[in-house]
Amino acid sequence: MVDASTRQKLFGTPETNFLNCTKGWKSWAFTLDHKRIGIMYLIGVTIALFLAGVFALVLRSHLFTFDSKMLTDDMYNQMFTLHGAVMVFSFIIPSIPAALGNIVLPMMLGAKDVAFPRMNLASFYLWIIGTGCLLAAILSGKGLDTGWTFYTPYSIDTNTGVIYATFGAFILGFSSIFTGLNFLVTVNTMRAKNQGWFKLPLFVWSLYATAIIQVLATPVLGITLLMLIAEKTLHIGIFDPKYGGDPVLFQHFFWFYSHPAVYIMILPAMGVISELISVYSQKRIFGYSFIAFSSVAIALLGFLVWGHHMFTSGQSLVVTLIFSAITFTVAIPSAVKVFNWLATLYKGSILLNTPMCYALSFIFLFGIGGLTGLFLGALSTDIHLHDTYFVVAHFHFVMVGGTLTALLGGVFHWWPKIWGRMYNDFLGRVGCFLVFSGFNLTFFPQFVMGSRGMPRRYASYDPEFQIFHQLSTVGAFVLGLGILLSFVVLVYSALRGPRCSSNPFRAASLEWQSSSPPDFHNFIHTPVLTDPYDFETQVYDEELDTYIPREFANPDKVAPRKEPVHH
Amino acid sequence: MNWQLPLMLAQTDSSRLEELRERTEAISMQGTTVPDSSLVREGTSNPFATEYWFPTQASSFAGEVDFLYMAVFWISLIFFVAIVGAMVYFCVKYRRKDGVIAPEPSSSHNTAIEILWSVLPSIILVWIFYVGAETWFEMRIPKENAEEIQVTAKQFGWLFTYEDGDQTNELHLVRDKPVRLIMQSEDVLHSFFVAAFRQKMDIVPGRYTYAYFEPIKDGVYRLSCNEYCGTGHSKMKTACIVHVSEEDRKNNTKWIEAEKTPFENGQRIYQIHCSGCHKVNGEAATGPALNLIWGENEKMIDGTTELVDEDYVLSSIWYPEKHIVEGYGPVSKMNSFKGILDQKDVDYVIAYLKELKNTSGDAK
Amino acid sequence: MAVADSHDTHDDHHDLHDHGEFIAHHFDSAEQQFDSGKLGIWLFLVTEILFFSGLFVAYTLYRTNHPEVFEQAHVFLNKYLGGLNTIVLLFSSLTMALGVRAAQLGRNKNCSIYILITMVCATMFLGVKAVEYSHKWDMGILVRSAFNLTYTHPTPTTEIGKALHISDYLVYLCVVPALLLAGFIVASVISKLINKGTLAKFMIAMAITVSGYFLGVCVGIIFMNATEGETGSTHASVIAEQPLMLLASTQDDHAEGDHDDHDKAAAASNHEGEHSDHEEHFGSHPADGGEASFDAHHPDPSTLSRDVGIFFSIYYCMTGLHAIHIIAGIIALAWLYWRSLLGHWRTDYFGPVDYVGLYWHLVDLIWIYLFPLLYLID
Repeated sequence: MVDASTRQKLFGTPETNFLNCTKGWKSWAFTLDHKRIGIMYLIGVTIALFLAGVFALVLRSHLFTFDSKMLTDDMYNQMFTLHGAVMVFSFIIPSIPAALGNIVLPMMLGAKDVAFPRMNLASFYLWIIGTGCLLAAILSGKGLDTGWTFYTPYSIDTNTGVIYATFGAFILGFSSIFTGLNFLVTVNTMRAKNQGWFKLPLFVWSLYATAIIQVLATPVLGITLLMLIAEKTLHIGIFDPKYGGDPVLFQHFFWFYSHPAVYIMILPAMGVISELISVYSQKRIFGYSFIAFSSVAIALLGFLVWGHHMFTSGQSLVVTLIFSAITFTVAIPSAVKVFNWLATLYKGSILLNTPMCYALSFIFLFGIGGLTGLFLGALSTDIHLHDTYFVVAHFHFVMVGGTLTALLGGVFHWWPKIWGRMYNDFLGRVGCFLVFSGFNLTFFPQFVMGSRGMPRRYASYDPEFQIFHQLSTVGAFVLGLGILLSFVVLVYSALRGPRCSSNPFRAASLEWQSSSPPDFHNFIHTPVLTDPYDFETQVYDEELDTYIPREFANPDKVAPRKEPVHH
Repeated sequence: MNWQLPLMLAQTDSSRLEELRERTEAISMQGTTVPDSSLVREGTSNPFATEYWFPTQASSFAGEVDFLYMAVFWISLIFFVAIVGAMVYFCVKYRRKDGVIAPEPSSSHNTAIEILWSVLPSIILVWIFYVGAETWFEMRIPKENAEEIQVTAKQFGWLFTYEDGDQTNELHLVRDKPVRLIMQSEDVLHSFFVAAFRQKMDIVPGRYTYAYFEPIKDGVYRLSCNEYCGTGHSKMKTACIVHVSEEDRKNNTKWIEAEKTPFENGQRIYQIHCSGCHKVNGEAATGPALNLIWGENEKMIDGTTELVDEDYVLSSIWYPEKHIVEGYGPVSKMNSFKGILDQKDVDYVIAYLKELKNTSGDAK
Repeated sequence: MAVADSHDTHDDHHDLHDHGEFIAHHFDSAEQQFDSGKLGIWLFLVTEILFFSGLFVAYTLYRTNHPEVFEQAHVFLNKYLGGLNTIVLLFSSLTMALGVRAAQLGRNKNCSIYILITMVCATMFLGVKAVEYSHKWDMGILVRSAFNLTYTHPTPTTEIGKALHISDYLVYLCVVPALLLAGFIVASVISKLINKGTLAKFMIAMAITVSGYFLGVCVGIIFMNATEGETGSTHASVIAEQPLMLLASTQDDHAEGDHDDHDKAAAASNHEGEHSDHEEHFGSHPADGGEASFDAHHPDPSTLSRDVGIFFSIYYCMTGLHAIHIIAGIIALAWLYWRSLLGHWRTDYFGPVDYVGLYWHLVDLIWIYLFPLLYLID
């Protein structure tokens, strides 16, 4: 129990916070503060998103007509390669963990920082160097035309900037490992007093599962890319069939990382959605332990299914059969999550603000992305659909419909916490609607094209597909507009938005016990350990117009808590 | 070898194809005309019909592939409608009322229901896996008496070599005649894909890959490269023409006639490179006799058995130390012919071995 | 997890520890910091193992697919040199462990001595490796695309090479260490002059460390000459008469191009032809010449699978990557040495020594796997 002035100090608008405690570019460039590093990451991945997004719009514009002369075949190949490489390595993989996770994770644990702040900063600089190397492929004038997968032997034969790009991806891999390693240690050793594993928010569980993949899978990509560089420069004969090497081995190595990498992209998104659904329904998340363990199950199973990218590559029948079977098992934990989110909505108190709209679009889009995975997991249909537009649509539904949507939802959710300012909710929802509808318009027609046999990575195509490509192109611009609008809404809010309180959404996880924006040390007072999904722990404080933990509230003005139903 | 980019019908000026062309929608594309009779579909505006999603079913297993696709389509649709329906319903029904933030307490855990919605989908998944695998075996295991056609893929064109050594730049098949494609690449990865057949297989440099199917419907279908292979990837298309009969194919195809049959080429290679150590009259010499080995299981010095197929012959010629036949050990006395005989030459040797096996078999 | 418990228990009396200069602001206690660091280094080691695992998988696959290549290739690796390096590294692990123990007891002086010995062993390892590499490069044993085994040792062209009768490649491999050695000696003199005692001490230690490299080179050459002579074949006896490193300047004067042509001719012709061809070709050795020019340890290049080079591709990738890890380890050890000189280690603060120690043991362990997998194939 504390008096009003202490409440004001702890939960009111702070005079000094992590944004203004030190000034000057050096205070950002050399900061060890996880929140500042997270913000720099957020800016970085946004730039990568816009860059790769522009590549995508150029691609889509080119494909507007079947015999388009807008780009040459070579330019087209370079465009889709760079779109893929920048999106995957520079944007999606670091997006939620390194940007949002960095800001939120230590606060969710009530910690002052991640375990290794210097490593955290190093991770960001490696990200810059790695992205720079990727882009050096363009700046060197050579470009890159291998597809983001760098399949041998084409990547050995082509004289575009494969070495720049693979080196960039190698560096980005280390950036990712540093983040993952940091998170694993932080969650293990820096939890608040008495904060057991089952008192962690599900976002922390999902980041933990993600970090396991980052630490275990990324080194394999590292060595693969090094071998590719050695193959290209010295012709060591491991991947190059001209020298007795095996190009399919490269595919195995590559997908041993890149399939788990898909879960690096989607697991944190699922974690964000678990938070949003629960907070904006004001209801304890349904089936906490099932969601938590399904994250870990997905992370582990994710290591055993890489071969489903290679059903047509000539791997042996038995191996293919096994990979198909294991692939189906991954569907179960994913489905379990969706069902649990639905059950959380049931009898909730649902607020349809911007983050929740993104969360609901996530369920819709990820639903399609996940279900179309069944077509690709089944052997006979995969043979037909492999490397067609069906696959393109499927993974965009998962990665854009899933990860990007969750990222936007998460950013809108934590934005007031980061900046202490509120966004325009109406425009935010308009942005969400544009993203949702534009996205569906872009990628749904691609399922039809794929089923009808339109191969991916084609610079020109057969006229019968033109109408679908045109729908897709229009959709891409709507999607771009939606993202741009969201961006404007967010930036305006950070600069000019109305001040907001420490916990406007009545969330119960620890990060909301800090002021908005948080103090440099995150918390002025050691936070009270609360159950992240027991919203009755948070009570309304009229003076501050915010929700604060019951322990800090004025006991005279607090309504008695509603007891949760136990089984 | 004729490596011009395939200009489809330019080479196949037959009345039969004229007929097909009339039946199909002829499409002009950057100087290349690829009519695709699989595009003639009915009821294409109904997205719940198989015809909406797929081209014509032109191979024996296409129907089964489409069946599974549509089955998964309906299963997904039911699940999707249920999930999104429930989501929308909850969002409307339990929408936050003004001033009331906290919902009525309700359950947050129910083990029974968790197990139910884990197990129920699992059963459906097992079924999908089973049906998918069943059809897939049919797609991957060769049929008896299949016609064998050598496929050579190269940036950015196709060459098909038939059993008599004649070649074409389009694939000419005969209706109801199973076919086994033996595929090789001269440079990078390619992939054989004919949507109408629902068949696809990567073509990997340095080894053989195979594709099997039985065309069941005559027409002209699009054959495309499905694995990114460089600048002209999207132009690496040709036609696959299914003729009504052998006769029809023979007369209405513009063949690139071979000077020598593959057998003759193989025989010549044998005489130059192999005859010193390998006999073809059944007698063992420095190396084993070659006349009866094709398609047999040979015993190796390490006790294993190896089937003598394309890959075995390729590896025995390029890496003689890898498989040593029982009685010829302990180390191989043969030199590697890698760099001397390329994969095309090995094709000829294989043709020679096959013919030897056939004729020797007859003699018996 | 125990970590969480320690957090709880130590929180209460963490004032007892002075929140000293080495505890970062975001940690509550020295224990929490140590536990975090320890978990961090273990996870880092996991990534290191997985990093190498790619190469181990490549090794396994190629060995399964081309066992003959591995049987033919391993004879070119000198298992005595490999064994020497194994012993050197094992010994360095011992001294590292002693160093960690000393740090735990807060005995900074002992710790610094053990770390210095560890560093000398590390550079010695690299010296021996340099001898091995340069010897192979001389013979044309390179990665797959450049593999061109000749047994001829090109005449050294560098002045040092001529003077010492060592291969050019070895001279090149000694350039950087020599520069470093000179640099450290100069630096130590300067620091002495400007009265920076600790710095001077550090620089001398670094100079000693780099000298270890040259020790390794010398020992490597001696071992190489001794062991290559032991095979007892006629061809090898030629080598024994003239120490191997000196061989570079003698006999075997047929040009490389010559040999290339021969290779092709041999491959194209049939077996008998080949043999006579070789006798003619190699029969001109001054020792008793004739048929036994090749033996198990010096096989006829034309009988080798063309893919023997893949073995050496893998060999160079694995040992090269391992050598990079050794160099990284030396840098980390140097940092530890510096901190030992400053007397940083105390009974409640010795984390960095512990972490680097673990890393060093891993690098050692990887070599323990590499040695039999590459050198002891049979």
